[in-house]
Amino acid sequence: MSSDVHSTGPDPATIAPVGADIIAAIKAAGVRHVMSVPDIVTSNGILFPLASDADVRLVRVCKEDEGVGICAGLSYCRQRAILLMQHTGLLDSINAMRAVAVEYALPIVMMVGLLEKEPGVLPTDSRRYGVRIVQPILDAMGIRHVLIETQVDVGEVQAAIEAAYAQSKPVVILFGRRPTA
Amino acid sequence: MTMRRDECLRLLARHVPEEIVVAVYSAAFDWVNIRPHVLNYFSVGAMGLATSHALGLALGLPARRIIVLDGDGSLLMNLGSLVTVANAAPKNFIHFVCENGTYEANGVHPIPGRGRVSFAGLARAAGYAKVYSLSELPELELAIEEILAADGPVFVNLKLIPGEKAVPDYDALYAASRRAAFRAAIAAL
Repeated sequence: MSSDVHSTGPDPATIAPVGADIIAAIKAAGVRHVMSVPDIVTSNGILFPLASDADVRLVRVCKEDEGVGICAGLSYCRQRAILLMQHTGLLDSINAMRAVAVEYALPIVMMVGLLEKEPGVLPTDSRRYGVRIVQPILDAMGIRHVLIETQVDVGEVQAAIEAAYAQSKPVVILFGRRPTA
Repeated sequence: MTMRRDECLRLLARHVPEEIVVAVYSAAFDWVNIRPHVLNYFSVGAMGLATSHALGLALGLPARRIIVLDGDGSLLMNLGSLVTVANAAPKNFIHFVCENGTYEANGVHPIPGRGRVSFAGLARAAGYAKVYSLSELPELELAIEEILAADGPVFVNLKLIPGEKAVPDYDALYAASRRAAFRAAIAAL
């Protein structure tokens, strides 16, 4: 049977990821603790709503590698957490990630805004050096990463978190575009 | 200042036979011999992160007391964690800092600000609920029960000298089997 019924809504493959859906995915994955240094990419769509969400505890950290340690401690208590930050913070946390996340094989989940990445451009093709090097560094470290660029990609968030905890391995969820509030 | 680290830790061990203890570097090597226990946690991974791992444990296990045996050089590498801990305000968090003024595990070089920086002052300014600075063993003996009974986060600056040092065995301290045993012990609490 053919159909001439077409959706009139925007194509999820082209629109920005929806913050509320990302938060729903985080919660559905069992996360109840959020560590964060504010990041303008994820500020309005994720951090502000989480800061007033009674279902999660937000711990504001002074520096991103603190969050790696806090997430590690929580993981021994079977409690799920995410570390929300900008890619500059990820670059600053590489030694902690190397030891705590990779060598100790802990489920450290990092959600990372790629500041000033151009919309629709692959991170590795960005004009921004700091953005361009993120995925190759994660590859060199053997850390799984997923890229959330549009609403279609949001479906990967819950699975990525659950896989990290099931396998006791780190994962980095990169945001190439600002999630909408 | 005549207080020795090994004597301090022996005193502490008598008061915390079963607690979760996060310890680093020289204090960790002393502690693992003084109080061998499955609830010792040494794998902080990166210098300075003891307070952060301990905060995660404190938030995850609010009914258990979490004790940190930090170093002065280690704390300097993660000074912001004082503010993070104070802001999170875990009542079950007791933070001892062994101030020997040196990077003892890395050639005994002096720390920046040796003899001038006030770790107790930093903790107080960061907002810790209770702050102690002790430099003699009888002072610690007198204060220890109050320290352990106080609502945290509590900060205890121990101005000390190394004393009798344990032989460092990094492989044993950071063994994966130790982490697995710690995880199992936490699950069984």
